[in-house]
Amino acid sequence: MTEKTFTITANSGIHARPATVLVGMASRFNSDIRLEFKERTVDLKSIMGVMSLGIGQGAVIKVSVDGEDEQDALNALQDLLHKEGLAK
Amino acid sequence: MTFLKGIAASNGIAMAKAYRLVEADLTFEKQTIEDIAWEVERFQTALTTSKEELDAIREKANAELGADKAAIFEAHLLVLSDPELIAPIEDKIKTEKVNAEHALKEVADMFISLFEQMDNDYMKERAADIRDVTKRVLSHLLGIQLVNPSMISEETIIVAEDLTPSDTAQLNREFVKGFTTNIGGRTSHSAIMARSMEIPAVVGTKTATVDIQHGDFIIVDGLKGEVHVNPALELIAQYEEEQIRYEEQKAEWAKLVNETTVSADGHHVELAANIGTPSDLDGVINNGGEGIGLYRTEFLYMGRNELPSEEEQFQSYKSVLEGMNGKPVVVRTLDIGGDKELPYLDLPKEMNPFLGFRAIRLCLEEQDLFRTQLRALLRASSYGNLKIMFPMIANLDEFRTAKAILEEEKQKLVGEGVAVSEEIELGIMVEIPSTAIMADQFAKEVDFFSIGTNDLIQYTMAADRMNERVSYLYQPYSPAILRLVKMVIDAAHKEGKWAGMCGEMAGDEIAIPLLLGLGLDEFSMSATSILKARSQILRLSKKEMEELAQTALQMSTTAEVIEAVKALSEKVVSM
Repeated sequence: MTEKTFTITANSGIHARPATVLVGMASRFNSDIRLEFKERTVDLKSIMGVMSLGIGQGAVIKVSVDGEDEQDALNALQDLLHKEGLAK
Repeated sequence: MTFLKGIAASNGIAMAKAYRLVEADLTFEKQTIEDIAWEVERFQTALTTSKEELDAIREKANAELGADKAAIFEAHLLVLSDPELIAPIEDKIKTEKVNAEHALKEVADMFISLFEQMDNDYMKERAADIRDVTKRVLSHLLGIQLVNPSMISEETIIVAEDLTPSDTAQLNREFVKGFTTNIGGRTSHSAIMARSMEIPAVVGTKTATVDIQHGDFIIVDGLKGEVHVNPALELIAQYEEEQIRYEEQKAEWAKLVNETTVSADGHHVELAANIGTPSDLDGVINNGGEGIGLYRTEFLYMGRNELPSEEEQFQSYKSVLEGMNGKPVVVRTLDIGGDKELPYLDLPKEMNPFLGFRAIRLCLEEQDLFRTQLRALLRASSYGNLKIMFPMIANLDEFRTAKAILEEEKQKLVGEGVAVSEEIELGIMVEIPSTAIMADQFAKEVDFFSIGTNDLIQYTMAADRMNERVSYLYQPYSPAILRLVKMVIDAAHKEGKWAGMCGEMAGDEIAIPLLLGLGLDEFSMSATSILKARSQILRLSKKEMEELAQTALQMSTTAEVIEAVKALSEKVVSM
């Protein structure tokens, strides 16, 4: 298993559109991908799970990936968070 | 055959099949089921069909409305693939032995209330998405076809209770030939949209959705305000002839497209158009508009989930300014509130929305939103002849505050090295009686007035323009309104400023002679009314109309005014 912590920089946090993009990316991988925020963990392949966390600007989130393509998945998600200006 | 009488809201005659845009009834009973495997499969099938349907809608939205508008369907598709939604529904079917409809509703409701409880407005909005998606799956479980206006692919006439801005945004202009609605008047959104789409409409029929079935052949006569359901062949033939006559009349008017608007005795006035989006520009140019007298920017903010960015607004304003090629473009800053809501702003419901927190009142309070719009406008100003207008100004303090904010943003932009025009005129909508009365004071500080008659009449008469029972008070030709209009025009001229009008009244054939006589400089109307108005003004003498207006101002009732105008028009026509 591999994991990484990010700080959300986007003004509106992870609202509908970024959540859509993130879940879309996570769903391409076979690994189990979890998102943790404020001691709650959800499936990063679940749009409603991700949105239900209500992640705002400044939030610290942890992405953990477990499975055969875990490294690729984590890299792809990290690229996406940076490219979309969502987190650092 | 059935015959319905309503209000003629947009000219022309349309004949096509009826398309009922009515909420489907998706009620069901909770049931205990025996065959669990079958029930789960039924649910899976409904899911698959819903996904296929959404996929098709997304493709179409992507091609026709752009990736931005299609994104919402992308989100809906993800919701339907969401393990956290699907698994609990299947569990419920299996463990509680309930029908799929019930399981779906229970689980979806749980998520909806979860989202509705969140502090974050964006998240609250997601409740609506889940509701929407649930509705789609439910419709497939129940075997009910949901109406989906964006998928219309043959010539149709829309039949609805009323049409909201988001309904009309989805309509395909190629196939929608006309509207008819139960409620509304000449100034309701559906009527304004029909005129901007240049399709006939009859509103306020009261029973269109009851008397017209999906697929009925109907005639919408937007000239007389009549709707005929499954008409006899003779009537169809009669209307075909009428359609030809109307087209000939239009062809006659079309010859005036490149003419300037000059009265019979040589006085020039400007005929401008009211628009809602850059896509209305073609209509303005094809109908010989001499400018844009009202660009309603609220459509940029509607039918979406978040505020439009500065860049997005800039692109829209720039395209309108460039499209008008140096002709004047009056842009009205955001006029939201009242009958125009923005769900994502999450404004509290008010007892009297028309007298409440709306338009400039909201912009002065929510300054981030206002400043973003002003920056976009200022940046666009170097691409054409921009004039900025503030809506719903009630006193001079509001105008001064708004102007100071504009000035601040301008200085910031100039400091950043952005090109900003030095020629931007700054004006106000005159739609509140206090402002009309104080017009002499305003005229010293503004560059122009634009009289918004739709609201000015309702505020002066204290009569809600959406309420049919007080519609008899909605009288544009009332001497009371004419006196206010005169005060505004005279005040402007005294300070060397110009006065325009952007309400429905400006394009009305009875009002035009009076307004010309009162000295109105700019008439802004639906693009489709311009050529007709021009042909009328070419035949009128300004001097004679001044006399008419003077007489009208001294009359005591609306009926007398209408009679005087009609008597004069007959004389003009017979000449």
